[in-house]
Amino acid sequence: MEFVFIIVGAIFVNNVVLSQFLGICPFLGVSNKVNTSVGMGAAVLFVMTIASIVVYLLQNYVLVPLGIEYMQTIVFILVIAALVQMVEIILKKLSPSLYQALGIFLPLITTNCAVLGVALLQVQKGYTMAESVVYSASTALGFALALVLFAGLRERLELNDVPESFRGIPIALITAGILALAFMGFSGVV
Amino acid sequence: MNKLKLITKGIIHENPTFVLLLGMCPTLGTTTSAINGMSMGIATMAVLILSNMTISMVKNIIPDKVRIPSFIVIIASFVTVVQLLMQAYLPALYETLGVFIPLIVVNCIILGRAEAFASKNRVGDSALDGLGIGLGFTMSLTLIGAVREILGSGSIFGFTFASQGMPLVFVLAPGAFLVLGYLMVLFNKFTAKKK
Repeated sequence: MEFVFIIVGAIFVNNVVLSQFLGICPFLGVSNKVNTSVGMGAAVLFVMTIASIVVYLLQNYVLVPLGIEYMQTIVFILVIAALVQMVEIILKKLSPSLYQALGIFLPLITTNCAVLGVALLQVQKGYTMAESVVYSASTALGFALALVLFAGLRERLELNDVPESFRGIPIALITAGILALAFMGFSGVV
Repeated sequence: MNKLKLITKGIIHENPTFVLLLGMCPTLGTTTSAINGMSMGIATMAVLILSNMTISMVKNIIPDKVRIPSFIVIIASFVTVVQLLMQAYLPALYETLGVFIPLIVVNCIILGRAEAFASKNRVGDSALDGLGIGLGFTMSLTLIGAVREILGSGSIFGFTFASQGMPLVFVLAPGAFLVLGYLMVLFNKFTAKKK
């Protein structure tokens, strides 16, 4: 039952993009087309889940025993950067087709603050290993959901005559605001 | 470029929020009130100035290939310093800003300035560049925070002028997107006229 709360909470109620404001750059940057946003969502799901396991092990078996929790930020960002590189190399060898599909999205993930944010939040919330993995995977799914929905909206927006000052990012932000309003309907579900 | 221009360019022409569109996450996440926005801006500015200066000092020692990871370590160290100082002296603010303090590390503004400016210029200029861009960021965040605070909770910098009937939605998540979107429209209109 607890897992259900974590999953619904992370995907809908506290959606990572629309209510926690993490990962806004890729949300605005690669949400022009539905196809690319699916690719980005998949890449984030992949990296975030692996990162959550590695971060959990590091936090509980290295940082805490040594009493150097204050090194968290430095260690986590380095781990995530190294992890993204490693995932890229491994994928290239093992599954070239998946590597091709994720393509340029992998390196972009290092700068996605959602990955570091979730790593820090899972430690803050004191989740166990299983809870951390479920939490990270559902957060990534929530990210993918927001991205794909938003891309669909933006594809339609392209076809409309938008006033000049609104073109580009401003209208995208206002659309995101309305989408966030819709997601507020989920609050109180869990 | 003269010294004064280094400082002022970040406020309008290279405004990190409205023109360069960098650092969007803290811009949306921490601007629930003017004071929160301003504090986040100042924290980011402090990290930016320190990291710009340090990177400018060590730029000739770091091999080109490992410069990005080195920059990230330098930035992360200063973020940790700011984080610990805030936790010790401003615990209430530290609670409010929460996860966005450690997330200053992945703020694209800081790495962007390191790569685009500090790794090519002298220490003094890099510090001024950090100050200018940091001021621009702080002003944008304060402005967004002020608008959200006025519309959403009927107060400004904590002084209440309307205690009831304000649409709370502006303090909540959707308001962040809407206020930033409309402010950007105004900014576009204003700068388009000037050209």
